[in-house]
Amino acid sequence: MFEGAVRKQLDEVLKKYPTKQAALLPALWMVQQNKGWIPDEAMSETAEVLDVTSAYVKGVVTFYTMYHQHPVGENFVQVCTTSPCNLCGAEDVVSALLEATGCAALGETSPDGKFTVIEVECLGACGFATPILVNDDFIEDVTPKKVPEIVGKYRDGKA
Amino acid sequence: MGYPHEPHSKETVVLSRYFGDKSARSYDGWVERGGYKALKKTLDMDPAAVIDVVKESGLRGRGGAGFPTGVKWSFMPKEKNKPHYLCCNADESEPGTFKDREIMRWTPHAMIEGCAIAQHAIQAEVTYIYIRGEFTEELAIVEQALREAYSDGVLGDDAMGSGKKLDMYIHRGAGAYICGEETALMNSIEGKRGNPRIKPPFPAAFGVFGMPTTINNVETLAVVPHIINEGAEWHNSMCLSNPKSVGTKLFSVCGHVVKPGNYEVTMGFSLGELINDLAGGMREGRTLKACIPGGSSVPILNKEETENCILDYEGCIEQGTMLGSGGVIVFDDSADMVYQIMLLARFYAHESCAQCTQCREGTAWTTRILERMLAGKGKTEDLDLLLDLADQMTGKTICVLSDSCAAPVVSGIKKFRDEFEAYINGSREPVLVHG
Amino acid sequence: MAEDQVTLKIEGVDVTVPRGTTVLEAAKRAGILIPHYCYHPGLPVSGVCRMCLVTVEGAPGLQIACATDATDGQVVSVFDSAASDARQAVLEFLLINHPLDCPICDQAGECELQDYVFQEGRARTRYSDYPKRFSPVEDFGGDVLYVPNRCILCTRCIRFMDHVAEESVLNVSERGDRAFIGIHPDAVLDHPWAGNVIDLCPVGSLISKDFLHKAYAWQLDRTPGICTGCSQGCNITIETRDNSIARLRPRTNEDVNRYFMCDHGRFEYRWMNSGDRIEAPLVAGANGLVATDWSQAIARCAEIVKGVSGKAVALVSPRASCESLYLVHQLLKDFELLSACPVEVVEGEQPLPGVPNLALRSERAPNVEGAARLGHGAEYDKALEAVKDAALVFVLDDGYSQFGDDALSGSENLIYLGTSLPDAARNSSVVFPMSNAAEEDGTYVNRDGRVQRYMQAKTAPGMARPAWWITGALLSEIRGTDAPATAGEVFDRMAASESAFAGLSYETLGTQGAFANKASGAGVGCDS
Ligand SMILES: Cc1cc2nc3c(=O)[nH]c(=O)nc-3n(C[C@H](O)[C@H](O)[C@H](O)COP(=O)(O)O)c2cc1C
Ligand code: SF4
Ligand code: SF4
Ligand code: SF4
Ligand code: FES
Ligand code: FES
Repeated sequence: MFEGAVRKQLDEVLKKYPTKQAALLPALWMVQQNKGWIPDEAMSETAEVLDVTSAYVKGVVTFYTMYHQHPVGENFVQVCTTSPCNLCGAEDVVSALLEATGCAALGETSPDGKFTVIEVECLGACGFATPILVNDDFIEDVTPKKVPEIVGKYRDGKA
Repeated sequence: MGYPHEPHSKETVVLSRYFGDKSARSYDGWVERGGYKALKKTLDMDPAAVIDVVKESGLRGRGGAGFPTGVKWSFMPKEKNKPHYLCCNADESEPGTFKDREIMRWTPHAMIEGCAIAQHAIQAEVTYIYIRGEFTEELAIVEQALREAYSDGVLGDDAMGSGKKLDMYIHRGAGAYICGEETALMNSIEGKRGNPRIKPPFPAAFGVFGMPTTINNVETLAVVPHIINEGAEWHNSMCLSNPKSVGTKLFSVCGHVVKPGNYEVTMGFSLGELINDLAGGMREGRTLKACIPGGSSVPILNKEETENCILDYEGCIEQGTMLGSGGVIVFDDSADMVYQIMLLARFYAHESCAQCTQCREGTAWTTRILERMLAGKGKTEDLDLLLDLADQMTGKTICVLSDSCAAPVVSGIKKFRDEFEAYINGSREPVLVHG
Repeated sequence: MAEDQVTLKIEGVDVTVPRGTTVLEAAKRAGILIPHYCYHPGLPVSGVCRMCLVTVEGAPGLQIACATDATDGQVVSVFDSAASDARQAVLEFLLINHPLDCPICDQAGECELQDYVFQEGRARTRYSDYPKRFSPVEDFGGDVLYVPNRCILCTRCIRFMDHVAEESVLNVSERGDRAFIGIHPDAVLDHPWAGNVIDLCPVGSLISKDFLHKAYAWQLDRTPGICTGCSQGCNITIETRDNSIARLRPRTNEDVNRYFMCDHGRFEYRWMNSGDRIEAPLVAGANGLVATDWSQAIARCAEIVKGVSGKAVALVSPRASCESLYLVHQLLKDFELLSACPVEVVEGEQPLPGVPNLALRSERAPNVEGAARLGHGAEYDKALEAVKDAALVFVLDDGYSQFGDDALSGSENLIYLGTSLPDAARNSSVVFPMSNAAEEDGTYVNRDGRVQRYMQAKTAPGMARPAWWITGALLSEIRGTDAPATAGEVFDRMAASESAFAGLSYETLGTQGAFANKASGAGVGCDS
């Protein structure tokens, strides 16, 4: 995992901190960037390059909800459903997303493998309800009406 | 400018002047608008003198607790015999709050300049900017701004030709509200679970990597260059009510208002006016029911309290709530308070770091009681139970996340008891609650 | 008042403690137990369980006693209504997901959750009608099973592994009420000191596979002992049920093993339970060895010893008590004696990094130092070699040394004290059944020269007696001296005559042991 360009990237990150362990969160982001999720073996590899134990890494991975402990669909959709967004109709956005993506339920991947939709807590954009994150794209002011078009773009890979 | 709305005439735009103005984002754009003058000036000052200016300005932390910023900086050791650090808290995750995001999105250099000034004042060689993982767009913008700041000589080994070394790094969060708590944030930077630490020791003595550390909110830091440029007196005199609360404050208004968004007003502004004038008031045919003025962690106000509330630290306390982070959540008469409070409890249950017994178990239990009540299976004694749990979750844990879960429950039951009772006695239709 | 002392009042009791002491520790000294779960004196403070909340006059809200420094003039109350209510609440919160399966729980009777629930009077369980969380038992490897349902997330186990064993194989996984103690699939909890997490766990969440379903706490008898696993001399408690050892657990000794013992030591009880024992004295007759009584055997043996002179060889066990080793010397002092003790040496120590000077040592016996101080050499092979030319061979063995079948065959006059009878000893003139280390009182000297007492935890089988008793009786028979009645008597005689033990008395050794008086430590080195 931490070879070639990725290793170089990690070496750059290590310069920012006085300890190796501090590079753990950035290193896990690199893993997720490359593999789409964080498998147990990758935790062990990360542990090794940062001189910590694999159990330690696992404890950290499971603390932070953005690290995927399981593979997810090609497009990972996170919808805010915390109170302020709920007031503005977030639940309808969730329903619309499930329908448009074909996901049977929250957390499940669509039959075409293209989408996984989950609910998340406040995305820090409550004035732009309802915000969603599709992969790394932060989309504001999503309404049920806008959902099919957004989903369509990602399905076709045009986003 | 203004984003997403033109500034209202009652706003006092300092931080938000360039919101919506993409050209203010770049280094050149920022310098054109007077940027980095303040830093240049500070680098020639004695660090202690910088702290004095900030003390005199009356600036208080905008991250939630309202602690006087200059005083906080003065806690750092004067004798420098080990590394010092500054942490810029850009974890903004408190439901209802979305102001730091706009500062980073439109004026990243304001934050960077503020960090650099603070860094000089507390003699820190490094700033870590802790940005929540979900802020992908802001991350890219701040990264770009930092690249510029380095390449244009603002940061690096010879900051603005001063011979001083200023380094600034981004640390990206990964989905954990609790990392906004300052000691959790430091643990997260160290590559650990974001568990808050017991205090003492305090960060100024034993902070990130065990070194003296100051943590400030993005908004707190972003206003510092203005204070340096305009003077302490300029800042101190911006006040509409209590002289202990001065300057401008960004209020994020969301929920049931016509024009949600950030509004910057002078301390002491009226909450009623903020909602009804600036944010456009309620939707057609709707009336105000309740408001949480300081982010989800503070007690809920009813209509009357909302209308009487003065937006400063003291004015909020007078109404039995807190100014907090300035995230104003507005509920109109269509809002189901029991459901909303359940959602908030669920938020805290999801975010509890799991260390303290009362918080780990209490947030989850509270959520379950509320879910069951909504499903029509509540019991009369549940309200007392909720209040009792809330009491035991308040003031007894390492950090105040536990208290934050209790606050909306206690104030909600106190002020909207009939809504809870309606679910319990069956006069209100149960709602489907999915976990 | 000394600068470095502070005096505070806890529940009305004045107590003076060194500055830097926590309120929780200060209360202990005042005889007040502040209930706690996450705090353990051998681990860094975490302050997470919030059980130890107390009222400190002048401080806002309740404070955790485990992380609050005692200060001069402080007034602390532990049992006022605010603090008591807070503790009640913590208990109630902890019981939310707890199965309350005490009747089938291995920890029952020594569970701090159960204790406090009783102590606080009532177990409020308003968490009714909600499903309890259920997670299956997990094998962490080594001797440790994890029962997540009972876990109160005090993190003692994690802090032990992180900061004391310094091998982070356990973690807290997930957050909120979904949190549990986790391990990576790559890892096992097999650190040589990992078993301590079982003792540290305040509830029945980490349990020993070895001890599983053997006994309940209240069925066990407990006796202070010294581990026989190596020369470290860890202080232990021997827990017996029906005269059989069920387990060994560490006993606190800040200077030797603090609160810990290693896994190797933990299993050093199995041989002590061994059923293959000599139960009566045996003397050689026309048709081999025949059972007899003590007086006959002693008389026969005395006769043999008195009847020969010249070279004698003593082969003694490094698990024998100082008392018996001393008396062996006394008994054979008129001979030209070659005495040696076999020591199993296993390369490499297994330290517990978080505690200075604590390791599973290479010398795998408890009294190597005592034997040396009492003049029993290490040249065991040479001594074995000398057996065939010796007028008398005296063996004090507890089944530990592995004799070759004919190692002792050349000896004419073989006296054998043992727990079992190996083939090599079949040609003995007299065989005495002796007790093993769990069946007698005595002392050992650890590698640092600390003299420590251990006590009888179970009765010896049949007619078996402590080796010091047997040698004492022989001495009495031969020289007419008083036969000692207790190990203490032997010890005090030894202290009077052996410079290595000068200044010590059995009584003052107490439960924590002592070093011999350095000033009088002439002769054999005892001032290490
Ligand atoms: C649970 C919790 C979450 C917090 N989240 C944030 C946050 O997202 N951003 C922030 O600036 N402060 C947050 N704080 C407050 C910080 O602990 C700290 O007080 C603040 O960053 C100090 O900066 P200031 O003095 O400039 O306000 C949080 C506090 C708690 C207890
Ligand atoms: S109060 Fe909650 S979030 Fe804060 S430290 Fe305790 S368990 Fe963690
Ligand atoms: S397993 Fe035992 S020691 Fe470990 S956290 Fe749970 S209760 Fe504490
Ligand atoms: S270190 Fe030695 S004395 Fe201590 S428990 Fe282990 S074997 Fe026994
Ligand atoms: S509540 Fe949805 S973004 Fe804050
Ligand atoms: S014992 Fe003090 S908080 Fe756990």
